[in-house]
Amino acid sequence: MGELLQHTVNGLALGSIYALVALGYTMVFGVLSLINFAHGEIFMMGAFAGLYTHRYVMSHFAAPQWILSLLVLVGAMLGSAIVGLIIEKFAYRPLRKSPRINILITAIGASLFLQYGGQLVFGASPQFFPDIFTKTTFNLGGGATIDSNQILIFIVAIVLMAMLQFLVFKTQFGRAMRAISHSLETSSVIGINVNKIIMITFIIGSSLAGAAGVLYGVAYPKIDPIMGLMPGLKAFVAAVLGGIGNITGAVIGALILGLSETYVAGYLSSTYRDALAFIILILVLLLRPSGILGTKKIEKV
Amino acid sequence: MLRKLMGAFVLTSLVLVGCSKKDDNVILIGNFGSMTGSEATFGTSTRDGILLALEEANNEGGVNGKRLELKAYDNQGKPEEARLNVEKLINEDKVVAVLGEVASTRSLAGAPVAQQNKVPMITPSSTNPEVTKKGDYIFRTCFIDPFQGKVMATFAVNTLKFKKAAILRDSKSDYSMGLANFFTDTFTSLGGVIVADEKYVSGDVDFKAQLTSLKSKKVDFIYIPGYYTEVGLIARQARDLGLNQPLLGGDGWDSPKLVEIGGAALKDAYFSNHYTAEDPRPEVQKFIENYKKKFNIVPDGLAAAGYDAAKILINALKTLPIIDMAKLRDAIAATRDYLGVTGKITLNANRDAEKSAVVLKVADGTFKYVETVNP
Repeated sequence: MGELLQHTVNGLALGSIYALVALGYTMVFGVLSLINFAHGEIFMMGAFAGLYTHRYVMSHFAAPQWILSLLVLVGAMLGSAIVGLIIEKFAYRPLRKSPRINILITAIGASLFLQYGGQLVFGASPQFFPDIFTKTTFNLGGGATIDSNQILIFIVAIVLMAMLQFLVFKTQFGRAMRAISHSLETSSVIGINVNKIIMITFIIGSSLAGAAGVLYGVAYPKIDPIMGLMPGLKAFVAAVLGGIGNITGAVIGALILGLSETYVAGYLSSTYRDALAFIILILVLLLRPSGILGTKKIEKV
Repeated sequence: MLRKLMGAFVLTSLVLVGCSKKDDNVILIGNFGSMTGSEATFGTSTRDGILLALEEANNEGGVNGKRLELKAYDNQGKPEEARLNVEKLINEDKVVAVLGEVASTRSLAGAPVAQQNKVPMITPSSTNPEVTKKGDYIFRTCFIDPFQGKVMATFAVNTLKFKKAAILRDSKSDYSMGLANFFTDTFTSLGGVIVADEKYVSGDVDFKAQLTSLKSKKVDFIYIPGYYTEVGLIARQARDLGLNQPLLGGDGWDSPKLVEIGGAALKDAYFSNHYTAEDPRPEVQKFIENYKKKFNIVPDGLAAAGYDAAKILINALKTLPIIDMAKLRDAIAATRDYLGVTGKITLNANRDAEKSAVVLKVADGTFKYVETVNP
């Protein structure tokens, strides 16, 4: 019983990180019908921005721990947002009217550029994310434990998702974003500043990925320039599973994926862990291509 | 016309640059290793150990009046790159011998190339028995895993008085898979029980699922025959989950990075290794002093192993006025009772070294000597 509870806690923590990354995929797909394959690398950039913010703050100020951790989080989100913005402006915007395939290949190119550019700038060897928070472990009974980092992951993930939900469904910007997701042309005709809204969408999606990068670095303190590849693909699977373009769906898909990965590694074998995500992807595409919460729509990818 | 001429000019200059001048007064030695990536310190330490050995030899007048130079390639920890490294060293750089790798999987990838071209290859620290079975041009100057597995199993049963073990092994590494099997053989023959045998894949960062399933099994200790990056992460996550048993491992743990990653989680952690910096023998202390002077850091076991392998190669080269691959092979094979930093090295009929191992304990950010085990 304790073992199942422990796997569940671990799975939900992993799923929450996937969820933050999956949200970026789903938001960009929502407004542009584009799968931003560089999103995993934006996540990686967030982890590095967090690492460098930490180093900078540590060497220049004697900040209390909560300020330091807040600065790291903000630094990471800012770093990722800038990278996301640059990709949108220089890689995707010029191609907005081109065929889908061009922009898809550009996305893969941007992803590779960031992976290998990252190796040039940060070095190819892994670096180790500092312990930003003092860790305390709490007993959940039956031998299961939860540590303060996992609790933090839940809190940050829930707060950011709640903010996103509010932004999309209760604000003027959210309405504009949803309008664009229905029709880009019509939205621009009725006076919505499409470029601005798309830019903000990229900023929000990327900064969520940046936050995920820090949380990931805290949980698994090894970061390197190709670290975004697997979590990026997994989050993509999560977004497809939940119904790509659907925000609640992305979160549900990510939690399901995090849990099932942990259960498979715990009860069967970790060899099947990575395979599982892609088996899920294939099954979803075969059985319910629109995902759990997605609406049926003919896609022209 | 002008463009054609220009093209021809560029082509000729490329060809000229391509075939660099071969200096008759230089003996070129090759090295391939993982100088970046998750096992970066394996490659850099080995290379630095070799560089020190070459520098010392050159300061003493070189080998038969010729200077020794090193050509080192980074394979980023990828077996396919390791193979290319060796091909490049042999076919393009025309090295007289190849030194490397540390990880057995990558030595196994490079060895067939050296064997095919009949260029001697010495691995300083690949412990999987299969490596030297690739052919009679492949040597190793360290112990092999059947011995290393036995060392830790005996230590667990006799010194620590443990009976129930869990194993966490890397299913992608020949080293880890082999060492775990050899450990199991001795441990069970001494009356121990392997209660759980879990796997991970190198590059993984999340080991919580495997560790959680170990937790309910109530073992005395966990044996992790992996490489330092994963071991450090595993140690942290094990302690987070409340697994406070001792952790045991092999020479793949040896890196200054291990403590940086694992931190305080590496309490009660022991591993088998090639050498200890606490060894009072003069050759060891002199090596440490010179290494510190050159690289400003206490050498790890892989630097010591690289140094010894290079020394053995240099000694073999010294016996040959004219370098001939077959004779160089024979000269290396004839190594007997060489007093190296990592112990007394004698190459046996399988071209492996038989020598003692040490057990080290991780304490306060350094590795403390516990005991020596002779073969």
